[in-house]
Amino acid sequence: MKREKDARAGLLISPIENGTVIDHITAGEALNVLRIIGITGSTHESISVATNVESKKIGTKDIVKIKNRELRKEEVDRIALIAPRASINIIRNYKVVDKKGVEIPDRVVGIVRCPNPGCISNTNEPIQSCFLVQKKGLRCLYCDWLITKDITSHII
Amino acid sequence: MRHIISIRDLGREEIGRILDEAAAIQSRSYDPSALKGKILGLLFFEPSTRTRMSFAAAMARLGGDFLSMDSVEASSMAKGETLADTVRVVSGYVDAIVLRHPKEGAARLASEFATVPVINAGDGAGQHPSQTLLDLFTIRQSMPLEGIHVGLLGDLRYGRTAHSLTHALSLYNVTIHTITPKGLELPAGLATELRDAGTEVIEHGDIASCVRDLDVLYVTRIQRERFPDAASYFKVASSYRVTPELLTGTKKHFIVLHPLPRLDEIDPRVDELPCARYFEQSANGIAVRMAMLLRVMT
Repeated sequence: MKREKDARAGLLISPIENGTVIDHITAGEALNVLRIIGITGSTHESISVATNVESKKIGTKDIVKIKNRELRKEEVDRIALIAPRASINIIRNYKVVDKKGVEIPDRVVGIVRCPNPGCISNTNEPIQSCFLVQKKGLRCLYCDWLITKDITSHII
Repeated sequence: MRHIISIRDLGREEIGRILDEAAAIQSRSYDPSALKGKILGLLFFEPSTRTRMSFAAAMARLGGDFLSMDSVEASSMAKGETLADTVRVVSGYVDAIVLRHPKEGAARLASEFATVPVINAGDGAGQHPSQTLLDLFTIRQSMPLEGIHVGLLGDLRYGRTAHSLTHALSLYNVTIHTITPKGLELPAGLATELRDAGTEVIEHGDIASCVRDLDVLYVTRIQRERFPDAASYFKVASSYRVTPELLTGTKKHFIVLHPLPRLDEIDPRVDELPCARYFEQSANGIAVRMAMLLRVMT
């Protein structure tokens, strides 16, 4: 009986003792968020992901919980590109000890591939891709190419 | 360290300074030994005649020397060396680098690795700031840049000179008129960007419908390789050919420019008209490039 109640209450993923919870991720972007912060199947972190969860604030949302790893602000700011309303909660001993939003950085380095096949950043040169974050979108530092939509499809 | 990579990096003030310096140089007001003892490295990874020669001539007129890479085939690039390494090595030999490269953004990359100033002499379909500066200089010889009507004719999709020029013109409240064959229009992103920056961009189907409103007609080459066959190229190229008959009734101070080399887009009879300024434009390259060298090397 108690289990049914819990299910109705919508407890989709269990709380974590220590780590980071990224909440209010744009629905459907959780896996891309993980890619951007460099957490893939081959890394050791224990993660829980919930997608298309109801949210009073943004309608539907995704949530990511990462056990035993506290993400630094500059690591998570990069996700602002695809989840500008995300919030970051640092958890210690089941308690939120720090909560902050994400801020779009001035430039994103090594995250997005330039769609221009003629761009020098798509060669064997010893550089990482670099985009300036502008009102209209992301502008390649090297070739000036402007990405205005579907940024996730260009994530490396 | 000062580099000249993209016209976007130069504000109106900086452009004005370079053009003023070029004007002073043209009136012989410069020190012919200003760059004595300095060496300019010409790294051209793509064919070029006039840009390369005019940078060499500009350096020589300022008393300096230049070193030139023989060919890409004979360079370490052919052995697979990265541009970053090439630039680092050449930085040890010279006091500034002029770079032309087939990849867009190559000059920006070079500026990150070089320990001497870098001037972009064209990177793929990207920027060509020295051409743009000499275009502006040539217009300014005939009229103030502010608020004029400039027609851009030809291949505006792939032509880097036109892209660079539109950016610069947008700093001077210029109205841009585009006259292009189908499929060679200004890239949509660029047109939107210009409009967002407050520049009026008007598209026209042919030259005759707008030439009398123009102060400047900037003609670019329609590249044969953009067309599936010779017949379709000639059909398009002939309908965009500038002739003396088309230019009747234009404004008194109207001028025609072309970054050269030209093929069939301007009838040779136009060369005799006072409005034909493309050869002066090309010659202006020396003064403008001298001003650019002085800007980065002194």
